[in-house]
Amino acid sequence: MADISMVINGREVRGSVEDRTLLVHFLREHQGLTGTHVGCDTSQCGACVVHVDGKAVKSCTMLAAQASGSEVTTIEGLAKDGHLHPVQAAFKEHHGLQCGFCTPGMIMAAVDMIRRYPGGLDEKTVRAELEGNICRCTGYHNIVKAVLAASEAMSKPAVAA
Amino acid sequence: MGIEGIGARVARKEDKRFVTGLGRYVDDMVVPGMKYAVFVRSPHAHAAIRSIDTSAAKTMPGVIGVLTGPELKSDGIGNLICGWMIHSKDGSPMKMGAWSPLATDKVRYVGDAVAIVVAESRSLARDAAEAVAVEYDELPAVTDAVKALEAGAPQIHPEAANNLIYDWELGDAAATDQAIAGAAHVTRMRIVNNRLIPNAIEPRAALGHYNPAEDHFTLWTTSQNPHVARLVMSAFYNVAPENKLRVIAPDVGGGFGSKIYIYPEEVVCLWASKRTGVPVKWVADRTESFLCDAHGRDHVTEVAMAFDTDNRVVGLKVDTIANFGAYMSLFSSCVPTYLYATLLSGQYAFPHIHCNVRAVYTNTAPVDAYRGAGRPEATYVLERVMETAARELGMSPAELRRRNFIREFPHQTPVIMNYDGGDYEASLNAAMQAADYAGFPARREEAKRRGKLRGIGMSCYIEACGLAPSQAVGSLGAGVGLWESAEVRVNAAGTIEVLTGSHSHGQGHETTFAQVVADRLGLPLDQVSIVHGDTDKVQMGMGTYGSRSGAVGISAIVKALDKVETKAKKIAAHLLEADEGDIVIENGEVKVAGTDRSLPWFQVALAAYTAHNLPAGMEPGLKETAFYDPTNFTFPAGCYICEVEIDPETGVTEIVQFVAADDFGTIINPLIVEGQVHGGITQGVGQALLEGCVYDPTSGQLVTASYMDYTMPRAADVPSFKVSTTSTPSPSNPLGIKGCGEAGAIGSPPAVINAITDAIGNNDLTMPATPQRVWAALRKAQ
Repeated sequence: MADISMVINGREVRGSVEDRTLLVHFLREHQGLTGTHVGCDTSQCGACVVHVDGKAVKSCTMLAAQASGSEVTTIEGLAKDGHLHPVQAAFKEHHGLQCGFCTPGMIMAAVDMIRRYPGGLDEKTVRAELEGNICRCTGYHNIVKAVLAASEAMSKPAVAA
Repeated sequence: MGIEGIGARVARKEDKRFVTGLGRYVDDMVVPGMKYAVFVRSPHAHAAIRSIDTSAAKTMPGVIGVLTGPELKSDGIGNLICGWMIHSKDGSPMKMGAWSPLATDKVRYVGDAVAIVVAESRSLARDAAEAVAVEYDELPAVTDAVKALEAGAPQIHPEAANNLIYDWELGDAAATDQAIAGAAHVTRMRIVNNRLIPNAIEPRAALGHYNPAEDHFTLWTTSQNPHVARLVMSAFYNVAPENKLRVIAPDVGGGFGSKIYIYPEEVVCLWASKRTGVPVKWVADRTESFLCDAHGRDHVTEVAMAFDTDNRVVGLKVDTIANFGAYMSLFSSCVPTYLYATLLSGQYAFPHIHCNVRAVYTNTAPVDAYRGAGRPEATYVLERVMETAARELGMSPAELRRRNFIREFPHQTPVIMNYDGGDYEASLNAAMQAADYAGFPARREEAKRRGKLRGIGMSCYIEACGLAPSQAVGSLGAGVGLWESAEVRVNAAGTIEVLTGSHSHGQGHETTFAQVVADRLGLPLDQVSIVHGDTDKVQMGMGTYGSRSGAVGISAIVKALDKVETKAKKIAAHLLEADEGDIVIENGEVKVAGTDRSLPWFQVALAAYTAHNLPAGMEPGLKETAFYDPTNFTFPAGCYICEVEIDPETGVTEIVQFVAADDFGTIINPLIVEGQVHGGITQGVGQALLEGCVYDPTSGQLVTASYMDYTMPRAADVPSFKVSTTSTPSPSNPLGIKGCGEAGAIGSPPAVINAITDAIGNNDLTMPATPQRVWAALRKAQ
């Protein structure tokens, strides 16, 4: 067993887990954060993407013990004060999701992608960057549209309230 | 239309929970005392079970129970069945082999379930499953349907001699043969429709909970049709009577057909919950999904299309062998028959068609309906041979199709279907214009200068949706009726809940169904909620598949709304002292037409429930139920055009343009309809370029059992699509809806392959058109 502690969505949590426990199972089964999904067992589908210390990580590829001491953000921690994150809002506005199962991973990957391209994104780059996320419903058309729209929206200076 | 009514591009109501991680799928469900199940599965494609020893597994840490087939049998749980009877042309019924939810004497494909282990955690259950010792006597296996029919092939079920399930035909063989014999030109092809693995991103899951105090079962399951699941498990599998079995399909992460069927795992989890005394949850891992979800397609077809001297088709002959896998899945039998051969007339006025289909057992996963189900196979045969014929005849593919189009409706085809309307010229013209078809030769020349081979291909598809008139499908062998139910509950303060037997697993019913109600009553969308997916809430329903939720499910809602409106008008007429015929409902108000006398909607609703002042003899309340049984299928149709560029050095294909022009009749929400088309096209592009299920032909092992081995379409494999619609509303249902869920997957594969074969100058190409296959076909052509 491993004693672990981490900050998840701004809240410090502690736990004692079997050594083989994956981060995704720690989040889903120990913390009840079921927004992070498991769609495969070979780290291909990307439904389990979360942020660990600010970077997108497939949480099925990391042991919970490896994430000990880190800051983890899951899909549940993305909206702030009841307001959707611009990427969440763009997925909704542009119909970037259907069944919703790949969506949390897609959104977490997209947030990280937009962060890594502060100069903006084009369609080709978005498609290449989504290599690690599989969607069976949307044909990616509206996901790409949503990521581009969010990137555009996030590059504009915030309007003072 | 209002801003939220029929035809409005409304963002989906259900999205907020999905984008914030608050969707609730089966694997998210937690029941007190819940334990975890892992199945022990056959590693062999074909073997006799000599013994199963569970003693070691039962002593492993955390193990609560290990159960096998003989125990299941002794508790009276029945075999799984196929619910659509097909008779062979000699009149004999289809030969259905026994399918025990847990194998007892023999295993017939890799992944066949043999035992279930229930333990404190998934990992402990997995550890214990490793310790279940099964002794097998391996038998020779066959995975290819053509080979399974050959003399001396391994015999899979004693009930089906030579592995033949049925040998069925439709159409006039003699007239078709005669037309072909006298034809000016005949195009012949051998066409393989590759086997696909559905791969909804949410793996299948089941949580069975038995409550001994009530002798009652609850099943949470990843189902497209929870009521059908309850019916089948009660009536045929002897799990529990319907009033003792609640089935809940909560948020479901995609289906594409693969979540229609009742699989062994749901049945076994329910039974195991009673046997072990704990709630039992099973979630497939992805390899189990590859091994055990019902696969799609897998046809081998010989086709001959015959033309007269004017290049009009005089006859079409089709001979198909369909691989059914190791067992007959729930609706498997109707897919290569009544969902396939009946569509072989396409958009064309063919005088004679004959189709023969042989359904065959093999040592592979069961095969059943997958997005399109029979219609993609028919379209692929028809549109490949049509394009090839155009090349042989030296005629433009568009003009050859145009010459053979049906132009008058209703049109009776030689293969059962009676098309009620359409305008095939309109979608062909729209697609050609959107694709700048006329400008293609210049683009081809430009590509050539860059060293690329550019090709263009089209496909004009038709499909039959709105499954289906119950009496008609009953006469064709269906074990169920295919109507849909709806209940419209007006609450006392005027808000509305609609209970529907349709099930949404990505289609957006919570939005589109609410739009129909909002449109009718002029209420804001957020005052209408849609309830579905729970047999305790919705009385009965037939579920979602075959693009039926709009044409059938919404039609049931419209019928229930008619009744609600009638009663509301009676109440309003009474309160306003007006004639019932003068009452209109507009913008949330119930008015006397042509006057300023009106009541807000909520006041009429309230009056129905206070019942202080209702018309004499009227029952209180405002809630109506309707069952809608379609009068005909609906016939969505359209034209897809694909343009590709191929690198002749590597055989790599890039789709540079994809255009879709679809006729879906009336559209409730264009945003959602476009999304359905995008997704369907991508699945079709996957079939055409990337996806191929491969079994090792001698061992019967599934070679493509993970995302490392089975190529799913990813974002960089497809372009952005140019989609548009034309519209001839269906005359067969109240709103004129046709259905849009499968068109993309039906129309796109032949368009892609026709484009590639155009580019490389070789019509002989098999899906998936991998770089290796394209390169080889190109070399052969040069």
